[in-house]
Amino acid sequence: VPDHAAATLHEPALKHHFDDLGQQHEAATLGMWVFLATEVLFFGGLLAAYMLYRVWYPETWGAASRTLDITLGTVNTAVLIGSSLTMALAVHAAATDRRRPLLLFLLLTMALGAVFLGIKAFEYAHKFHEHHVPGLGFHFEGPAPERANLFFSLYFGLTGLHALHMVIGLGLMTVMLAMAARGKFSSRWYTPVEVSGLYWHFVDIVWIFLFPLLYLVDRHQ
Amino acid sequence: MEHVIVPPRTYFGIFAALMVLTGVTVVVAFFDLGLLNPVVALSIAVIKASLVVLFFMHLKYGTRLTWIVGGAAIFWLGILLVLILSDYATRGWGWY
Repeated sequence: VPDHAAATLHEPALKHHFDDLGQQHEAATLGMWVFLATEVLFFGGLLAAYMLYRVWYPETWGAASRTLDITLGTVNTAVLIGSSLTMALAVHAAATDRRRPLLLFLLLTMALGAVFLGIKAFEYAHKFHEHHVPGLGFHFEGPAPERANLFFSLYFGLTGLHALHMVIGLGLMTVMLAMAARGKFSSRWYTPVEVSGLYWHFVDIVWIFLFPLLYLVDRHQ
Repeated sequence: MEHVIVPPRTYFGIFAALMVLTGVTVVVAFFDLGLLNPVVALSIAVIKASLVVLFFMHLKYGTRLTWIVGGAAIFWLGILLVLILSDYATRGWGWY
């Protein structure tokens, strides 16, 4: 039996339709990148609608954007960037065979994700209180409430879709945590951690664009 | 197989850069730069996203195929946004 064949025989993580773990890892990573490319266009539709209405109704966009809490938005941006750091460190811990740091960084990533969703929920509750949620009872103090209605529809559509992705990300992290706790990963095979990390960072990137688009319109007025 | 191991030092550096850029974009938003406000805000967002993609997502060390997929995503998003805008932006020209 040649050396490499003996090695693959004893590699429980290797699926038999791949030549080796390197090829398997590359295929899995590329698969996630392709999925994320479709996600770009998934959010792209809403972003296109946002762009068009912002060009048409710039004054309303500014007035509606200024009702959002810029402090909470900034804090949430920092929280999410922090979660991307701990995610990257979790992948590093997995790649270097350090199980306790891996568990710790996965937990930190989940904790920061939960803080983000908590702050978001607080913001949503405030919006309900102000009757800024599109639908029955919508009320806006500005000159063109029907246009502000469009802004808030896109605000809830975009941030809601983003929050849904965060919830899914937390689910993924729960699975990673369970697998890591059972010692499934090693420096030879930690593809699920790396691929989940790609997803988590992508969700962070979506927020990096949502924050200026939703919170930072005409703040100087 | 060759896994790329990026030193944590790099990750902390990228994190610091992302935090600074977040601060910059918030502060700049309070100055009236006219049409430049959205341009600056989106440029900073693009820089931040690039840092995340290149370092946190390891694209800098990725295969050519990964670069093609990432490039395709941006290209198609460009088609979506630019063609929609070119339609609506030129409707008032009255050439037809």
